Amino acid sequence: MSRYLLRRLLISIPVLAGISLILFTILAMAPGDPFEELATNPNVPAEVRLNLRAKFGLDDPIGVRYVRWFSSMLRGDWGFSFTSRVNVDTLILQRLPTTLIVLGSAQLLAVLVALPVGTLSAVRPYSIFDQIATTLAFIGFSLPTFFTGLLFILFFSIYLDWLPFIYRADISATGWRFYWEHLRQAIMPVAVLGLFQGAALTRFVRSAVLDVIRLDYINTARAKGLSEQVTITKHAVRNALIPVVTLMALQIPTIFTGAVITEQIFRVPGVGSLLISAILANDTPVIMAITFVFSCLVVTFNLVADLLYGWLDPRISYR
Amino acid sequence: MDEHELRTMIDEVKSGRLSRRRFVQTMIGLGLTAPLAGQMLTSAGVAQAQSKLAYKPTKRGGGGALKTLWWQGATLLNPHFATGTKDQDGSRIFYEPLASWDPDGNLTPTLAAEIPTMQNGGLSKDGKSVTWKLKKNVVWHDGKPFTADDCVFTWEYCADPATASVSIATYKDVKVDKVDSHTIKVTFAKPTPFWADAFVGVRGMIIPKHLFAAFKGDKSREAPTNLKPIGTGPYRFVDFKPGDIVRGELNPSYHMPNRPHFDTIEMKGGGDAVSAARAVIQTGEFDYAWNMQVEDEILKRMEQGGKGKADIVAGGNIEHIQCNFTDPSKEVDGERSSVKTMHPVLTDPAVRQALNLLVDRGSVQEQIYGRTGIATANFLNAPSKFVSKATKWEFNVDKANQILEAAGWKKGADGIRAKDGKKLKFLYQTSINAPRQKNQAIVKQAAAKAGVELELKSVTASVFFSSDVANPDTYSHFYCDLQMYTTTMTQPDPELFMNQFTSWEVASKDNKWQGRNITRWKNEEYDKLYRQAESELDPVKRGAMFIKMNEMVIQHVVVIPVVFRPRVAAVSNALRVEQSGWDSDFWNLQNWYKEA
Repeated sequence: MSRYLLRRLLISIPVLAGISLILFTILAMAPGDPFEELATNPNVPAEVRLNLRAKFGLDDPIGVRYVRWFSSMLRGDWGFSFTSRVNVDTLILQRLPTTLIVLGSAQLLAVLVALPVGTLSAVRPYSIFDQIATTLAFIGFSLPTFFTGLLFILFFSIYLDWLPFIYRADISATGWRFYWEHLRQAIMPVAVLGLFQGAALTRFVRSAVLDVIRLDYINTARAKGLSEQVTITKHAVRNALIPVVTLMALQIPTIFTGAVITEQIFRVPGVGSLLISAILANDTPVIMAITFVFSCLVVTFNLVADLLYGWLDPRISYR
Repeated sequence: MDEHELRTMIDEVKSGRLSRRRFVQTMIGLGLTAPLAGQMLTSAGVAQAQSKLAYKPTKRGGGGALKTLWWQGATLLNPHFATGTKDQDGSRIFYEPLASWDPDGNLTPTLAAEIPTMQNGGLSKDGKSVTWKLKKNVVWHDGKPFTADDCVFTWEYCADPATASVSIATYKDVKVDKVDSHTIKVTFAKPTPFWADAFVGVRGMIIPKHLFAAFKGDKSREAPTNLKPIGTGPYRFVDFKPGDIVRGELNPSYHMPNRPHFDTIEMKGGGDAVSAARAVIQTGEFDYAWNMQVEDEILKRMEQGGKGKADIVAGGNIEHIQCNFTDPSKEVDGERSSVKTMHPVLTDPAVRQALNLLVDRGSVQEQIYGRTGIATANFLNAPSKFVSKATKWEFNVDKANQILEAAGWKKGADGIRAKDGKKLKFLYQTSINAPRQKNQAIVKQAAAKAGVELELKSVTASVFFSSDVANPDTYSHFYCDLQMYTTTMTQPDPELFMNQFTSWEVASKDNKWQGRNITRWKNEEYDKLYRQAESELDPVKRGAMFIKMNEMVIQHVVVIPVVFRPRVAAVSNALRVEQSGWDSDFWNLQNWYKEA
């Protein structure tokens, strides 16, 4: 086990280095310049832009820039944003709580919807409940979030005028009002994301439970006189959840990096919207930091999922 | 219009026969800027007009929260590092210049006690210096007094190349001296007709010496005040998250009485223009939204029974088509469109004139832009009712056909005109943007009727507007025959704007395509006129020169102006604001208030 872990950890080092090299090269070769706006502004002499480029080391060869970036990253220095000149870690930490709240609740909502609905559908396959749930799930994951997001805004904000559609991270109210305001503004983005993920997860839970429920040991449990409820919750669902847990572990990295589109629509100041504005502004240090953190999380949670799998199902062994 | 006619008009304004506003609008119609028109009037002794926004509140504060939306959030709050208007606007909440430009081109004092004039001795006769008197009761948000030292320091800070300030062009050629604690003298190296640049408008915001002194030059990035501004403005800094939100609260010691009206201010960023318009006009969640690049049809639909409206004001943006005077298909010394070549077809004036007649600006305005793009014949902005006789636009396919026929361009079997084996086929490029592609299609259709074939090309905006030396698809390489984009006139004086037709500004490989003359048009008379205008001290004479230059550009069809694009903001019905096309959105933020 520990040898397996060690080997996996050692493998991930070259993997991450390779990912960072590819990311960096692609970004360096992409057209655009962080100081583009200055170039088209006649008030700003060209020297200012060239001076800034030289000062921030943008004119050096890609190799030199990569080594410089990588070595300072190893020392824990993430660099600073070209557009705001703020340290990248500060920028990300500013955005992280919002992203965690919104995406975390969305993930939670997805699980809370998917587990009971998926299980019930599997217990009574092709019943009316299953038909309706399946139809809704299909609609749910076929509609992209940018569409449902706009639909929600049109209906709940503009037509009914119930909910605000602009998310504000710092609400000046205090006490109950503070929580109430937060809840109100979070309802739509959380619902849009949660239902989208929940729909796919429902289908997954349903098929996993359906696989298990036909197995002999379930019949045995029923035969020995266990109640239906106990049979399902204790014996069927528990075993069916093993692949579901793996899937969810693999989704955790996305909670940290935000949902680019949904954050843009609702103006949620999360990591996703930071990433998209950094991409639009060619702000390489910010793009690098976010994408690299994402790669690290993906690699880590892949490992976690593998370990979790073995822990849940002792038949799997590590060599 | 020559100098004499201008003087007659100014006399009419003086005697009250012509309204000041009407005069300014006429000048704009002739291709001048409102600030230059204002300067012409002031020099003739016409008093500066008052701002048209009457401030009604009788006490400071009590207005609640002011919520504004910028669909690109401010990323930094140091006005002298601002990469875009969003940063200038964010900074302008907290920092102030000595004076600001109102929509009619009046210079209105902000931190200055009065506007310098010849009469009050502020302007020297030789045009080489300006003396500014500062307000005496002003304190920074941290309680320290605002003095001449801060102005002198702002100049030193911006003029230092190591600081890498974006305002360097404004400050590097001037010298600023402290006369006494509340008087400064700005000295120019040579006679400077347009003196109101340093310490005025968006590049004129003054920063506190006591907080920035240690961070001049190389260390400029490290100043903590870059993120926590301490200024003299109507609101004090509360919180800033780059790209997301800027928050401020009422400044209890603001230097103008009864101002500001609002207790807090918030500038939220992110999202897109359409939903920003929606949040102001339809749901009323926000009070003000910046830069509404939204189709007019959508804006109008939102305005019906909505809670706000679109506020439109003239500025200096112009969507125009450029003609390439050099040959984009021939490579000379490693570059195409080299000034050493001549365009085989477009150098024929008849062809350019025909093209000018083939651009249906009326349809472009009607079908694409509506109130947000007004058909124009001038290279600078021109509200249609004030267009001068000399530059008038016309859409006339028959006339274009006649001109081409007369010039010897005959239709071939394929319907395309040709002469001496050269066909009237052009490659016409622009950036990817829905209205621009519609615009291209309208022009192409009309051109086909006159036997001119246009091949359309669209380039991603991030490539088209980039300054990448290696990329041939940028607008400054101009490796095609015609191209279209919006040029922004951000400065109140037309001098810098008009230098894009001078021969020494030609974009080429030698200057890494940084030159501003993209069309590569060269004209000795224009160059001479420009040089004269640079040192002409009489604003009226100078104004006449710029009008002449604008007419030359139009008559030679160097560019084909399409629509002038005014500034559009979304404003809630209760909020009272005054936008100016020549300054930041927040140029008179202290006077914003809500009607009860």
